[in-house]
Amino acid sequence: MSELRRPGSRRALGWDSIIVALTVVVLIIASFAVENFGTSRNFTFLALDLLPIALVALPMTFIIVTGEIDLSVASTLGFTSALMGTFWTHGLSIETIIPLCVVIGAILGAVNGFLVTGLGLPSLAVTIGTLAFYRGLALVVLGDGAVADFPAAYTGWVTGNIGGGSIPNVLILLVILALIFGVILHATPFGRSLYAIGANAQAAHFSGIRVARTKFWLYVVSGAVAGLVGVLWTLRYSSARADNGAGLELAVVAAVLLGGVSIFGGKGTLPGVLAGVVLLAALQNALRLEDVSGQALNIVTGVLLVASVLLPNIITSIRTTWQRRRLRSAAAH
Amino acid sequence: MTTMTVKAPAIGSFFKARELGIVLALVALVGYTAIGNPRFLSGQSIRDILLNTAILAVMAAGQAVVVITRNIDLSVGSVLGLSAFAVATMMSANPDLPMIVALLAGLAVGAVCGLLNGVLVRYGRVPALVVTLGTLYIYRGLAYSWAGGSQVNADELPRHFLSFANDSLLGIPWLVLIAIVVVGGVSLMMRNYRVGRELYAMGSSPPAAELAGIKVARNLLGAFLLSGALAGLAGVLFAARFGTVDAAAGTGYELNVVAAVVVGGVAVFGGSGSVWGAGLGALLLTVIGSALAVLDINQFWQQAIVGALIVLAIGADRLVAVRLARSLRKRDSHV
Repeated sequence: MSELRRPGSRRALGWDSIIVALTVVVLIIASFAVENFGTSRNFTFLALDLLPIALVALPMTFIIVTGEIDLSVASTLGFTSALMGTFWTHGLSIETIIPLCVVIGAILGAVNGFLVTGLGLPSLAVTIGTLAFYRGLALVVLGDGAVADFPAAYTGWVTGNIGGGSIPNVLILLVILALIFGVILHATPFGRSLYAIGANAQAAHFSGIRVARTKFWLYVVSGAVAGLVGVLWTLRYSSARADNGAGLELAVVAAVLLGGVSIFGGKGTLPGVLAGVVLLAALQNALRLEDVSGQALNIVTGVLLVASVLLPNIITSIRTTWQRRRLRSAAAH
Repeated sequence: MTTMTVKAPAIGSFFKARELGIVLALVALVGYTAIGNPRFLSGQSIRDILLNTAILAVMAAGQAVVVITRNIDLSVGSVLGLSAFAVATMMSANPDLPMIVALLAGLAVGAVCGLLNGVLVRYGRVPALVVTLGTLYIYRGLAYSWAGGSQVNADELPRHFLSFANDSLLGIPWLVLIAIVVVGGVSLMMRNYRVGRELYAMGSSPPAAELAGIKVARNLLGAFLLSGALAGLAGVLFAARFGTVDAAAGTGYELNVVAAVVVGGVAVFGGSGSVWGAGLGALLLTVIGSALAVLDINQFWQQAIVGALIVLAIGADRLVAVRLARSLRKRDSHV
């Protein structure tokens, strides 16, 4: 098993450490150079901003490691948000609505999982389809209206901090989930099997891994987490809307790839992904404080994303050129 | 060699089956809607549908070529925005420039963007999905930092530029004419010319195409350049049609374009499908939107239907592919 691990994850580990280091450097520079960046108030905002992307990125990492993708997550989020609004106006209690939304998210994920594993359709195309479909269902359910009067106890908890300090309550949720996902991916046979599937699904199948069933459940989990984030999103902005979280899927995929996960599967680590999420959110936050247009920041996101794959490629090709040259000169002597 | 000769007619009928399905769906939809409301077939209504299809179809033609090579171009919506803003700014500053200059400028902006995508995919060895997701952000960011929240209004644009969207030649609006020429021309190139067949071969099996001596690098750059250039052209058409252009123009279009291509029967695995099928896909998506409005169905259903249609199209495609593979295996066993 350790033999299998080495060649694949060593290079990815390299990029991981680079991205973690880069994130730390950006955080340090920003807290000195950018006014108000290091304040506890800003820390709260930063944490709340990165929470949805970080949560959705956890199952997305698993899915991309197995070589698939789920672009429908933001639409699942929008659908559960719209449902939450509808349920609330129909008088359901919030204690029923929240688990119901998570379950419905899981069902939407199961639909993706069935289409991908049961029918063998390409996940990229399927989830582009369900991206449109689920967002469409959200619009059908709630139209272009909004529902806003959620109980203050819940909206207050989502935006509030632990003991009135500066650590947001919802950050506990992220830490717990990140620990669970991290342990599963990096310290269990199941986690190892995901890398095996991503490296070579056929070989994994022949070594006794239930490839289809594993992928199916990953989509279910992805849907459930997206449903949960739909609830949190609705409570944070105290507004259930059909267009909540639109476009979030691209930000999540960008963060996961930036964190060193290979789009072809089989490579990447969760710490790298979380560093990618923090880096993108911190840059956005810092530049906004510096009054740089948030939209111009798109350039930074895009460049980082391309560079996350391009730079390791360039380094590898330089290294092979060197090696070849050394071999040639050794042969000449 | 025997398998090749067996395969060719089977694939031919398979294409026919795919596009026939879209045509039938179109006819059924138009027929049903027209019975419900005869105004749906009035000249004005048809004109609106065709004008709305034109921009999508131009982009779908380029996207189809990229998808056929087993790649994807997600940056097209951002290229449209960048090109639309660049051309609108240029035309408002130099109102005397003829329309052809605007079209060429849009093509050029798009071609540069597309070429960069191609270079990164081919020479940077970065997957197309990652490159074009990155440039989706980069090109949009460039448009935003250039525009900085400002927009070009219709009253700042020269009249001949705006009237281009409504003028027609022999009763056919210019926009539609351009779309027909683009979809027809690219279809012809992909169907009948060597480079087109090479692009199909590259999508069927990239390593085999390389071993067969196909100039993979040149063709791949060409495919991305074409997709970018056509998205740039679509930007000019967008600016002429809507008059008001800001940096957000065309946001999210990439998904519509990919949807049109997939609904049009181009497989995301590459190597199969046709450009005119993608054009039909664009037409079908637009007709659905108009039909829902005419039939007084809640417009919010539109997106759900489009999404369901995409999944259906992929499923149908898969079914045909599985059957085809089975029949090929049967024939091979008899040889």
